[in-house]
Amino acid sequence: MSTLLDFEKPIAELEGKVKELRHLQNGSELDLSEEIARLESRAAKLLAATYAKLTAWQKAQVARHPDRPRFKDYVAELVADFTPLAGDRAFADDAAIQGGLGRFRGRSVMVIGQEKGADTEERVRHNFGMARPEGYRKAVRLMRLAERFGLPVLTFVDTPGAHPGIDAEERGQAEAIARSIACCLELEVPIVSVIVGEGGSGGAIALAAADRVLMLEHSIYSVISPEGCAAILWRAAEKAPEAAEALKFTAQDLLGLGLVDEVVPEPLGGAHRGRQTTIRAVGEAIERHLAELSGRDGPALVAARREKFLAMGRPTEG
Amino acid sequence: MNWLTSYVRPRIRALVERGTPKPEVPENLWHQCPSCERMIFHRDLEANQRVCPHCSHHMRVGPEFRFKTLLDEGSWQRLELPKVPVDPLRFRDSKRYTDRLKEAQAKTKAQDALEAAEGRIGGLPVVLAVMNFEFMGGSMGSAVGEAFVAAAERALASRAAFVVVTASGGARMQEGTLSLVQMARTTIAVERVKEAGLPYIVVLTDPTTGGVTASFAMLGDVHIAEPGAVIGFAGARVIEQTIREKLPPGFQKAEYLLAHGMVDMVVHRFQLRATLARLLDLLLRPVPLPAPVEPVVATPAVEPVEPVADGEPG
Ligand SMILES: [Zn+2]
Repeated sequence: MSTLLDFEKPIAELEGKVKELRHLQNGSELDLSEEIARLESRAAKLLAATYAKLTAWQKAQVARHPDRPRFKDYVAELVADFTPLAGDRAFADDAAIQGGLGRFRGRSVMVIGQEKGADTEERVRHNFGMARPEGYRKAVRLMRLAERFGLPVLTFVDTPGAHPGIDAEERGQAEAIARSIACCLELEVPIVSVIVGEGGSGGAIALAAADRVLMLEHSIYSVISPEGCAAILWRAAEKAPEAAEALKFTAQDLLGLGLVDEVVPEPLGGAHRGRQTTIRAVGEAIERHLAELSGRDGPALVAARREKFLAMGRPTEG
Repeated sequence: MNWLTSYVRPRIRALVERGTPKPEVPENLWHQCPSCERMIFHRDLEANQRVCPHCSHHMRVGPEFRFKTLLDEGSWQRLELPKVPVDPLRFRDSKRYTDRLKEAQAKTKAQDALEAAEGRIGGLPVVLAVMNFEFMGGSMGSAVGEAFVAAAERALASRAAFVVVTASGGARMQEGTLSLVQMARTTIAVERVKEAGLPYIVVLTDPTTGGVTASFAMLGDVHIAEPGAVIGFAGARVIEQTIREKLPPGFQKAEYLLAHGMVDMVVHRFQLRATLARLLDLLLRPVPLPAPVEPVVATPAVEPVEPVADGEPG
């Protein structure tokens, strides 16, 4: 594992010992297999126990894990003939939001999502997945293109939030996000969103006002980062773990609040320990929801999507 | 001492004192302008619609003020707004969210940060929703979202224009993701108003930032901003910390937004009502009203009828 989260260190220590013993075993008369098996089982149990009761703050760290599958990985595995499309036709192409046409399970779709980047160089190029107005405007353009040809839209949400900067403000960051939300809510084709990592505030909901909003088991979806919330409400950045707990931004919390439609399970130890398994699980969930949505006409989709959002937070009747 | 002096006299004194306010030193007679720092006599400030008579700084005002100054006199009444579940996350930071809510309610005498009224502007039917920055920074949670949706629905039912005066620091953090989805819910309300062919006009006042700007505040058919109002998505401090540069002068001010194409006009508070009336007239009365017919015969002389106030009680 290239990146180790703090709370994963005890697990890594055990795994390290197993490795050491294996090394010793090679070319040795001693039979260490019992000891190895014992340690392996301890490590597995510890991993299971740790991930079974991750705190909200730990989940935030898992959701931001650099080895977690990102937009590019999902597209590579799930979308054939991917044909990226670029630009907002007004100002620039924003690498923080990627999108294009392709085939998902044989059918043409439009895929859109934030890309955080794999290494430092890529992260800088993709601006850590923080889009500028042209990114949201590109998303709107691609959604409208999909609508013209009756293609479903899939979005993969993974962003710390919209880019905060002078240039973004000058070009109307707020207006671009508002239009993107509005576009999602007007779209006469199915739209399925998956929050695969970090669902950061307005920059996330800009691509997630969808017929179905799915969340990976250890992803988060929040109005503000725990660090930002702690700085404002607790006036202390080190209170981020408390803020994380209070914000109720885990997939499990949000499913309970009726704000998301499904939680997609991750392999034991998180998506970064089983990338292929995670991507396949996401693909299956998307397929299921698309099948449910297909065959509905545009106005019916829009009406149902709007009713779903309008019902959120309302007292349940009966 | 008898009962008269020990009991009755103090009682009478207490009664008398309660009736007449103590001649305290008047504290609130003078206001200091936060912009030019000059002192303004309170009556002058009120007469000037809370615009500084020295430097034209537009001070923040609440819903009641907007209802009175923007809607035709005698034409309007407040809308009753829906109740929502209080404190769904049971949020607590250094204080309980429920306590913060109670404090804000006591301070503003309002249920939450958005109030609405139905009335007329220049005789045309309008639903006017106004945000109150005094109430937890005008932040948008379920109550604001639900009030906005209800106000928009009333505009639909009454075939009225929907006018919104914004003032907000953004989403209400204490409601977590539930406050985030209000961006989608208010957007749906706006779309319905527009699809019904009704005008949706946004008046952006100081300050309008965050999730409110990034949803219903930037989706107007027409955007009007008050002079000097701070309008933006990210807060200036966040941007400064991120880019570690000084911000350009006038950054995120109404005039800056006008220059960058985000608002249609910057309008002084004195002209706001007339501007709204003209816009609504142009949008909703594409054909001019027939000119009043001059009476040909002047006899017999009748007492002139008192002109009725424009509009009628809703
Ligand atoms: Zn002044």
